[in-house]
Amino acid sequence: METKEFLRRLSEGVGVSGYEHGLHDLIREALAPYAGEFSTDALGNCVAVRRGCGEEPRVSVMLAAHQDEIGLMVTKIDERGFLRVAQVGGFDPRVLVAQEVVVHGRRSLPGIIGMKPPHILTDEERKKAPKLEDLFIDIGLPAGEARETVQVGDVVTLNRAFTELHGGLVAGKSLDDRAGVAALLECLRRLQSLRHAADIYAVATTQEEVGLRGATTSAYGLHPDLAVAIDVCHAGPGLDEPGASELGKGPAVAVGANIHPKLRDLLLAVAADCGIPIQHEVSPGATGTDAWAINIARAGIPTALLSIPLRYMHTSVETAAMSDVVQTGRLLAEFCGRVDRALVEGLRWN
Amino acid sequence: MELRSISELRGVSGQEHEVRTYLRRELEGHVSELQSDTLGNLFARKPAAARGPTVMFAAHMDEVGFLVTAVDKDGMVHFRTVGGIDAGVMPSKVVQIGPKAVPGVIGTKAVHLQSADDRTKPFDPKKLVIDIGAGSKEEALKLVQPGDQVTFATSFGAFGNGLHKGRALDDRIGCAVLVEVLKGSYQVPVVGVFTVQEEVGTRGAAVASYAVRPDIGVCLEGTVCADIPGTEEDAETTRIGSGPAISIMDAGTIHHPGLVHHLVAVARRHEIPYQYRRATRGGNDAARMSLAGSGAKACAVSVPCRYIHGPVAVASQSDFENAVKLLRAFLESIGRGELKV
Amino acid sequence: MKDLIRDFTQAYGPSGNEDQIREVIRRAVEPLCDRVSTDALGNLIAFRQGRGEPVLRRRVMLAAHMDEIGLIVTHIDEQGFLRFAEVGGLSAHVLMGQRVVFGNGTEGSIGNERVDEIKDLKLDKMFIDIGARSAAEAREHVEVGDMAVYQRGVSEMGTRVAAKAMDDRIGCVVIAETLRRLGESPHDIHAVFTVQEEVGLRGARTSAFAVDPHFGLAFDVTGVGDTPRARSILNMELGKGACIKAKDASLVVPPAVKNLLVKTAKDNAIPYQLEVLPAGGTDTAAIQLTRSGVPAGCISIPTRYIHSPVELLDLGDVEACVALAVKVLQGPIEV
Repeated sequence: METKEFLRRLSEGVGVSGYEHGLHDLIREALAPYAGEFSTDALGNCVAVRRGCGEEPRVSVMLAAHQDEIGLMVTKIDERGFLRVAQVGGFDPRVLVAQEVVVHGRRSLPGIIGMKPPHILTDEERKKAPKLEDLFIDIGLPAGEARETVQVGDVVTLNRAFTELHGGLVAGKSLDDRAGVAALLECLRRLQSLRHAADIYAVATTQEEVGLRGATTSAYGLHPDLAVAIDVCHAGPGLDEPGASELGKGPAVAVGANIHPKLRDLLLAVAADCGIPIQHEVSPGATGTDAWAINIARAGIPTALLSIPLRYMHTSVETAAMSDVVQTGRLLAEFCGRVDRALVEGLRWN
Repeated sequence: MELRSISELRGVSGQEHEVRTYLRRELEGHVSELQSDTLGNLFARKPAAARGPTVMFAAHMDEVGFLVTAVDKDGMVHFRTVGGIDAGVMPSKVVQIGPKAVPGVIGTKAVHLQSADDRTKPFDPKKLVIDIGAGSKEEALKLVQPGDQVTFATSFGAFGNGLHKGRALDDRIGCAVLVEVLKGSYQVPVVGVFTVQEEVGTRGAAVASYAVRPDIGVCLEGTVCADIPGTEEDAETTRIGSGPAISIMDAGTIHHPGLVHHLVAVARRHEIPYQYRRATRGGNDAARMSLAGSGAKACAVSVPCRYIHGPVAVASQSDFENAVKLLRAFLESIGRGELKV
Repeated sequence: MKDLIRDFTQAYGPSGNEDQIREVIRRAVEPLCDRVSTDALGNLIAFRQGRGEPVLRRRVMLAAHMDEIGLIVTHIDEQGFLRFAEVGGLSAHVLMGQRVVFGNGTEGSIGNERVDEIKDLKLDKMFIDIGARSAAEAREHVEVGDMAVYQRGVSEMGTRVAAKAMDDRIGCVVIAETLRRLGESPHDIHAVFTVQEEVGLRGARTSAFAVDPHFGLAFDVTGVGDTPRARSILNMELGKGACIKAKDASLVVPPAVKNLLVKTAKDNAIPYQLEVLPAGGTDTAAIQLTRSGVPAGCISIPTRYIHSPVELLDLGDVEACVALAVKVLQGPIEV
């Protein structure tokens, strides 16, 4: 599957944290042709394994990009058939107003997120951002029919078509972190024509948005020698954040307490050798990514982090450059090609 | 007529040509004369053999939206609102710009980067921009120009039980009602006017009413429908699925009591569901009709639309059909000389 | 069951000091299982061997926490007043004017400094008065590091009951009753009465690692939206049956687990309600993240006024929780 087509289908697919099963067939269809083995585990993590050509026992690399998306969950169906919801992950309620959604009940229903209209708000209310409790979902059904079709606990996703903008940019929901999952495909495809000594575990992890949960258990289960997490980072313009990344200038290589310096050095060296553009991301403490969880699985797993620059994170119009996705995959593949026993043994500090 | 095409057409106030062209095609063969004026109003005339009061209908073709004002050094597109759009509905939406419908997104700073204080306030609409993917001003100007119209990219579709969702139902649904009414034949002269620039001050209706000089003016609208959580019953204005809404008074018009009573009488006689528009705020083309020349008797019949002036509104198929039924019966009744005002 | 509720809720057992409540629970469950043990953190593990069809056998962990929220003495002043910090989620406003009791039976009244506005009342402006006239006198009864809990009896209100520490002694009652009524079950059941849930699901975490279950099921209280002007988004109500959790702040229950519980409830005509709790966490989350991941669910008892001394619930709901747990454990567990 072509990488952009994969990202389009991922972005338009449905996989709220804990409910990622709707994406599994698609991920399998895309990744399995480039992997000897493909499996899913108890938490729904999808693992594509490419065995390396090194001697047994081979070293192993885990590549982790999370497949889950932030979403909503129905908490209540009111006496007129309107739905109330809670967050799964972190939306700013202000970006939810007037969004079209899909309510995943017994069947999928179109819905609209509404709030009190402006002419009914008091001046005081108008000055305040709406809270999630002020919002509701209209599914256009009377209460009886709503209750037959929708239950408390059903998930709700934003309804947003993947949109191609000018200049190779793409916009849509949940590019955080499906852009990372698309980079896994790009990486695996390139690994077909690269010799790699290490076993490669390409993992589309689950429940990242609610606490790095899939990465926690899959890192325990796979027990790799080292790992690279692939996630997104904030990109400008207009951010007023020193060090914010830019679209189209390549993946950002992270540095910080969570990142093994030798792995970062290798990523930088590989990028320089292959002429892959990169940017830098400084994450002093918690990276807020799967890297944070993988790093302390079992007796400790050396971890690096690559980030794909993204504008408007956690909205339904997250925007990224396809070239960054491709370069991320390329860098990962070339990196995987350099992993061997000597590298792994060098990761333990004196 | 089906509502999809007319809802998906783009026509911010002052740029109604797409809608006008479409309506001309729809009306061909159903009316005896089709004519536009210099502002862009479209007149569809149906003279009658018998003498009777001239009835003018007004439904506006324009919609609220945005205009491109400038492009900055980063290639971001700045815009201003045309008509009343609440800033709260703008963030995180896909839009289409200009004649080529260039796609763009209205993004916002990630929630992770907002301070706790920022998050308690609505976004400042002046700081929102459209990202079309251009990396520079020059690149952006190859795609969009200041003055280009901007509309939300929303598809029309089925919704819930017997409802539709779509963009610009205010007032394309009124236009659709008028097209259906004009397909009938009546004993009174009827002039259907598809007006321009309603959302920026009922400006098309001003000149159209002057030109037509009706005896009776009927405004056809998509109107506020706030039958939603958080709204007390007395503030709903209208309720979806309860029939076309007959106005009593708004900021521009006290709707003629005789016409209002007659509409109600007709609805009752034909067992057509109806409701009053239970609010006095807002305004529409009825005001212009009632005040043109030496004045006319004016009323308004509306289809309730939830989430009006936002990216996506909701309206009921039965309200739409009942509005058509009511107005046809109203014209037939006037043709029989039953209107005593 | 009312006796169990009384015995379990009245026992003393703030997080990390679960010795007294553990002995109460041990006495209750020892006759109901094959083996009872305690681990390094103080979890009480009641093991019951599976019977019947071996192909159906799964290692199942049940969890309810026996710790309760409390206060820990941080300083004793010259006049003998005790300053304290919270153990678990404690609100100054709920605590005002309460009576508390220490593990050795020492009783105290909660007093507070004068504040201009009640909203300014914080825990650091409050103290415990045990009637001592001096630090020395106070130290005859308590020491820095000692913990106190609410002192409050049980109110029976027909089919409804109010008490302190229903969170989560009622979950412990549900497990004990489930073991008593279970009869034949193919599964090896490790019923764990966990410690230190209120301070971060700590007992569940270590006990789940040790048990290494195929399936986990926790029992805890959940908030309701059925009181005047409650949060508009909460669905749960007292008296509408067992709550089957879909999500709380600590976990998303796997749909297959949720569906198993719903199907079991439906097939056996057990009243149930689905639960989405925007805040709060349970032992389920710790079980789910054990090792390489464990499918786990949660049956919740709808409860009003959680973390107050008057936590109130409906016995019908408790019965429904027990009935549901029994049916789940008697059947095959394929998730």
